[in-house]
Amino acid sequence: MTEANVLLVDDETDFVETMAKRLTKRDLNVSKAASGEEALEVLARHSEIEVVVLDVKMPGMDGGETLREIKRLYPLVEVIMLTGHATVRSGIEGMKLGAADYLSKPCDIEHLIAKVDEAAQKKRRHEEKIQEARLQEITLRRP
Amino acid sequence: MNLDHEQAVNPAKRSYYRSLRWYLIPGVILVSFAPMLLVGGLVLNQFQRSYSDKVEAHLNELVLKHKQNIDHFLEEKTADLKVLLKTSGIQRLRNEAVLARKLAILQTEYRGEFVDLGIVNDQGQQVAYAGPFKLDQANYSQAPWFKKAMNEDIFISDVFLGLRGLPHFIISIKQQLDGTAWIIRATIDFVAFNNLVEAIRMGETGFAFIVNRKNEFQTTPPADLSSEKPFFQDLLQAPKSPMDAVKITRQQADDTGGMLAGDEYIYVASLLKNGEWLLVYRQNTSDAFSIVRSAINLTLVIFAFGGLGIITMAVVLSRRVVGLVARADMEKELMNQQVIETSKLASIGELASGVAHEINNPVAIMVEEAGWIQDLLEDEVFEKSQNLDEFHRALGQIKTQGSRCKEITHKLLSFARKTESSNQQINIDQLMTELVDLTTQRTKYSNVKVSVQALDDLPEITASSTELQQIFLNLLNNAIDAAASSGGTVTITTRLEHNTIIVAVSDTGPGIPQSNLDRIFDPFFTTKPVGKGTGLGLSICYGIVKKMGGNIVVSSEVGSGTTFSVSLPLVQKQTLPQKSRARF
Repeated sequence: MTEANVLLVDDETDFVETMAKRLTKRDLNVSKAASGEEALEVLARHSEIEVVVLDVKMPGMDGGETLREIKRLYPLVEVIMLTGHATVRSGIEGMKLGAADYLSKPCDIEHLIAKVDEAAQKKRRHEEKIQEARLQEITLRRP
Repeated sequence: MNLDHEQAVNPAKRSYYRSLRWYLIPGVILVSFAPMLLVGGLVLNQFQRSYSDKVEAHLNELVLKHKQNIDHFLEEKTADLKVLLKTSGIQRLRNEAVLARKLAILQTEYRGEFVDLGIVNDQGQQVAYAGPFKLDQANYSQAPWFKKAMNEDIFISDVFLGLRGLPHFIISIKQQLDGTAWIIRATIDFVAFNNLVEAIRMGETGFAFIVNRKNEFQTTPPADLSSEKPFFQDLLQAPKSPMDAVKITRQQADDTGGMLAGDEYIYVASLLKNGEWLLVYRQNTSDAFSIVRSAINLTLVIFAFGGLGIITMAVVLSRRVVGLVARADMEKELMNQQVIETSKLASIGELASGVAHEINNPVAIMVEEAGWIQDLLEDEVFEKSQNLDEFHRALGQIKTQGSRCKEITHKLLSFARKTESSNQQINIDQLMTELVDLTTQRTKYSNVKVSVQALDDLPEITASSTELQQIFLNLLNNAIDAAASSGGTVTITTRLEHNTIIVAVSDTGPGIPQSNLDRIFDPFFTTKPVGKGTGLGLSICYGIVKKMGGNIVVSSEVGSGTTFSVSLPLVQKQTLPQKSRARF
């Protein structure tokens, strides 16, 4: 499997830094953003990003808003929510808004990677299907 | 609020309510009693007065009539004798045969009121006699009556025994014949005369008698009155009143002689026989005024019952009023307390959630950094390092403690956040475990073992998790406090019984004495030192449980521990509108 392209979004830059290092060490392509706005910018520049790991609680645009915006602009990009409060409720809220999964901080790195991989797979599957459909459309196009 | 806890008031308030009651009771009693006493007293007084007047007037009339009767009787006898003397003359009457004939006529006419007749000369020698006694030639010269009879034309003697040894009295008329005085003497039957007086009888104790100026009874009174003689003396000695006047006296009996001590008698007296005799009518006052007395008794009975009713009413009424006031006060107070409690809880919750969240991030970073070091240690450079294992162990420890911190903050967050009281499906056992986890820190230091035993597979209950947390955390805290003093254990058992979930929180603490047991759900009742407990915990629990349609009971044995059992119905009676039920 090719390494997944991940965007880490958290206002705690120290957390993002360390997490990025650890994920990079585990063969993931990691981008970083310190806020929701920055995340959207990064996404605009790097279309290869497949999975966004998004902190729920952030100053400015919070996790929920950012998630909505990402889903609106890039419906295929998968989002994993990182919640401060490990409660079913905030996780469910995120899932309702289109998040692929949720994890509570601090989280186990292997666990996170598993979720990211899963999300990346899912995205790729979706993209493949879309591509197939388009190919079919093109090949079967009537002159 | 529940009716069982109407008395659940703190001591200061209690004394206030007591004083309120003591303020109300006399007021009600006074207002009720005053008109009753006033009207009753006035009516009774009026009645007594008018009735006394009536009785006295009646007695007056009675005595006056009889006095006239007696006077009339005496006059009549005297007149008879006069007629006899006038028609026959001493001369003829000295003949015993004539005298006997005349006596017979008198006796037939007057049914034996005349006993005998006699003619006595101025020497006191009875020269002629007609009658049943052998008194011919009797000499009366030494008899007191004879002396008096010689001085007056007409003389009526007092009652005396005389020669015959029987009580009798004499009417004598003196007439001059041939220069010497002659006396015709008639003996009046004492029994007949006595009957005249004895006929005056009223009630049970009313009777009449006659005393003379020497204070001797002229008739035989039906009771022994010898001890009252001094009093008759007083009556006799009283300033001489006109002959037809009647004197009414009331006299308290002294305890000498025959009269019953303490009895009061009414004496109606009138002089007769030209002031020589005194007709006395005597009756026990209570007998004479028996109707007044029965009226008084009836009034007293009515007063007693009415008073009893009024007092009972006053007490009941004031208790009810004060109860209502107390209830209203308590509801108000509890409402205030609840508002304070709620806002306090809310602000604590906010604070806790803020702190928890802020702590969470640094912890997350620390854990990540440790993870990063762990990652780096896997590089071959460090493979030969001596302390590699130690590094791994230390980093592992950092990770473990980090996740512990995470758990703590998460619990804090989840507990603080659930302040809304919307109903949701709740697993009681899970809730209990959560609460026990929350108290781990306390139990660890106080050396108390807390265990949860689920005896049945409990269905989920629809309730507000905030309220349930509040109930059981309160009970749990109390149980831990109790058990802590002896390093005991706290056991939470949950079971299902007839569609009711029963949660029992037992501790092996010192127990609660019976005197406190009754007040344990009272608001503000606490045995904790000042500042340590509000005394509201259990009363709030009680309120919540009651509101949910459940029940909370406590059983305790001093020395062996306490068990609080909360029963929560699976199907709650939500049909009851909240407003009609007083809320804690």
